[in-house]
Amino acid sequence: MELTFYIAAAVAILSTIMVITRYNIIHALLYLVVSFLAVAVVFFTLGAPFMAALEIIIYAGAIVVLIIFVIMMLNLTQEDVQREKEWLKPSVWVGPAILSAVLLAELVYIVAAGTPPQTEAVVAVDARLVGLSLFGPYILGVQLCGILLTAGIVGAYHLGRQKKKVIHRFLQERSAAA
Amino acid sequence: MENYIWLIPALPFLGSLLLILFGTRLSRALVAILGVGSVGFSALITILLGLQFLSEKPAFYQQEVWQWFSVAGFNPSIAFHLDALSIVFIFVITFVGFLIHLYSTAYMADDADFSRFFACMNLFVGSMLMLVMADNLLLLYLGWEGVGLCSYLLIGFWYKEPANGYAARKAFIITRVGDTAMAIGLFILFQTFGTLNIQAILTQAPEVWSVGAQMAVLVGLLLLGGAVGKSGQLPLQTWLPDAMAGPTPVSALIHAATMVTAGVYLIARMYVIFELAPLAQTMVAVIGAVTLLLAGFSALTQYDLKRVLAYSTISQIGYMFLALGVGAWSAGIFHFMIHAFFKALLFLCAGAIILALHHEQDMRKMGGLRKSMPVVFWTFLIGAASLAALPIITSGFYSKDQILWYTLAGPNGNIWLYLAGLFGAFITSVYTFRMVFMTFYGAPKTHLDHPPGKLITIPLVILAILSLVGGFIELPHNFAHLALFSDLMAPVLPGITANELLAANEWLFQVLAAVVSLGGVYVAYLFYQKSPGMLHSLERSSLAMKLHRFWFSGWGFDALYDNLLVRPYVFLANINKRDIIDSFYTGLARMAEGFHVMFSQTQSGVLRNYVAGIVVGAIMILTISLLL
Amino acid sequence: MSVSTMEAALLLAGVLFMLGLISVLIRRNIIFMLISVEIMLNAAGLAFIVAGSKWVQPDGQVMFIFILTMAAAEVSVGLALILQIYHQLKTLDSDAANFMKG
Repeated sequence: MELTFYIAAAVAILSTIMVITRYNIIHALLYLVVSFLAVAVVFFTLGAPFMAALEIIIYAGAIVVLIIFVIMMLNLTQEDVQREKEWLKPSVWVGPAILSAVLLAELVYIVAAGTPPQTEAVVAVDARLVGLSLFGPYILGVQLCGILLTAGIVGAYHLGRQKKKVIHRFLQERSAAA
Repeated sequence: MENYIWLIPALPFLGSLLLILFGTRLSRALVAILGVGSVGFSALITILLGLQFLSEKPAFYQQEVWQWFSVAGFNPSIAFHLDALSIVFIFVITFVGFLIHLYSTAYMADDADFSRFFACMNLFVGSMLMLVMADNLLLLYLGWEGVGLCSYLLIGFWYKEPANGYAARKAFIITRVGDTAMAIGLFILFQTFGTLNIQAILTQAPEVWSVGAQMAVLVGLLLLGGAVGKSGQLPLQTWLPDAMAGPTPVSALIHAATMVTAGVYLIARMYVIFELAPLAQTMVAVIGAVTLLLAGFSALTQYDLKRVLAYSTISQIGYMFLALGVGAWSAGIFHFMIHAFFKALLFLCAGAIILALHHEQDMRKMGGLRKSMPVVFWTFLIGAASLAALPIITSGFYSKDQILWYTLAGPNGNIWLYLAGLFGAFITSVYTFRMVFMTFYGAPKTHLDHPPGKLITIPLVILAILSLVGGFIELPHNFAHLALFSDLMAPVLPGITANELLAANEWLFQVLAAVVSLGGVYVAYLFYQKSPGMLHSLERSSLAMKLHRFWFSGWGFDALYDNLLVRPYVFLANINKRDIIDSFYTGLARMAEGFHVMFSQTQSGVLRNYVAGIVVGAIMILTISLLL
Repeated sequence: MSVSTMEAALLLAGVLFMLGLISVLIRRNIIFMLISVEIMLNAAGLAFIVAGSKWVQPDGQVMFIFILTMAAAEVSVGLALILQIYHQLKTLDSDAANFMKG
């Protein structure tokens, strides 16, 4: 089980690195799916099989598909990949990389400075318990999530609508006459 | 009746409030009814209250309306204290004020700002009532400042003329000098007694201070400073002649009923302090004597009808101060009342003349009005006779004679003060009848187009009757011996006894006073009626002309203050034109502006920079929490 | 160095989060930025799962479901915004949308 975890973790990190270094969005998205799948395996090893399923269905499924739809609508070409290459120069990414490395070092330090390591058996928390607490003490959170999703739907609909070009009616008439 | 005391000042305030809020939307008739009616009703209540007071003879009426505020043991209330002194004052204020209001409806009939005028007049009367009815000095001070404000508003009523605005500012600033002194006096009183209640102070003062105590003298002088500022006495008298810039009814109100008599009231009200401070009281007498002479000489030389009256007011208030200063308290208040009648009368007559002659105020361009304006002539003559104190028939004689008599024969009497008063009486009758002869006799010089109507003449006649008979309530000891007024005042103000030795010969001094005033009339007649050549020969001598110019300018006080105070101040202000202290604050503003420019640079619109900012912030917070 | 699975998983969450962060910082393409935000959200969810697993409580998984919901809503609105930007500016360069700079 532990070996599975480490392999999945390695795959997740590697595939994520591949995601952030790709010039082609579609390639990046494929690596992203791999990354999500690896994380799902990690969930499984941590005793959360239901969450692993959700990760695959929603992240690797729904969200990535949504992004791909949008990319298809944007109709990107080889030129965009070329421009992506120009944007991603070492001078651009060295600074942020160092910054993030510092942050990571601090996080690692915090984790290492915590309780001394002790090996303990992974106990699965099954979906039934999750469901009970979701619709028990967390019922308010569920309702808030419902509101959030509604807002998301309305917002996306409103923003995604193709607005008619606003031209003054006299100008339109003139162009029609011409 | 005493439950309605609060209505007396409340009605004018209400009238003023209504006129301020809705004045421009009301018709002129309604404005007049509101403005005159509010003061009229207060006068009615005052008269009813006065009759009740005379029949019941209580020591005082007291009414507390509500507690003003309460801070650290200081609990002034909006409370009214009415004793004989205040009742005389509110009677004069409301009654004479009512007549002046009535007169104003005709005088101001053509003015565009009819409602503003009545709003200010009502406020003026209300503030003055507040001043004289207050039972504590803080409320008195509120009325005191309210009067100052209203004088500013009304003197500068025709504000489109810059000179009027200047006169208004001058009145406001000069009286402010006195007010500051008075405020300091109030601070000392509060620190000493822990209260500003007038009656409490008056009863406690003799226990705390001995006669001549340093603090008592200091407080007395500070209060005197306030009184001098409001009453236009030396050295703060310069604003009063310029206050003539306002409409004539305003001058009548300022000079007869409100404002300038506030100083007299203050001194009479706080008489215990002045009795404990002989130095301050002597100062009152000296200031009164000097002022009455200076103002008398200046009045001799003026050509503007209203300025003559203004200087005569200064001079007459000087008499009141003289009376208060020698301890003849009741005589001073008596003279105040009589003076209110005849000075209001004279101003209203002057207003009628000025209105009839197209706002012409120069006496040299008047003349011969005796025939064309008989009512005004006779009433003016009565007022002038009262001012000049013609013996027996005028009330002015009785009040002024009483002052002169006690100045000489009273316990604090002084021969020099008496002589000054006597000489002042002579000058008074000279300038008064100079005014009469120049205005009403001789050949007409300006066409008269606007004969006074009923609304103007009725107040004149009422005031003329009062000026004649008002004096008969207080007659000298050796002449019918009637002392209604001083008996009325006796519970409030201490009486005065004359020197035994002189008292036997009182008639001699009365004859002297009568002769002096008649002599003044004769001199005026000689110079201005019988043989004007004498005047012209006098005008040819250079010394006389120099004196004339000096007196005409009011003894050069304006120039003196200009050179002593105004010019150095303007000079210093010019040096500090860019305001050194202010630059510190503008510096702060500049700094804020600089930071604004700096930080708005960070709003670059580049999303990644914002994220980088968040990351740097997170790193800093984490680092700090790790280090601590 | 002996670390338990829990700590290793926590470190994995940290590393994934950092990778997402770097990507947000270095990418100008607005779609890449959105993807990076998804990576970061996923990493945060992982941390919650680890915590829940550590204490054998369902709360961590409940939180993950909430994060999942939020991510779905966010990505839908975010993509709609991207479409708008692309239509308005004809580019996916996030730096181009700087009309409100100070």
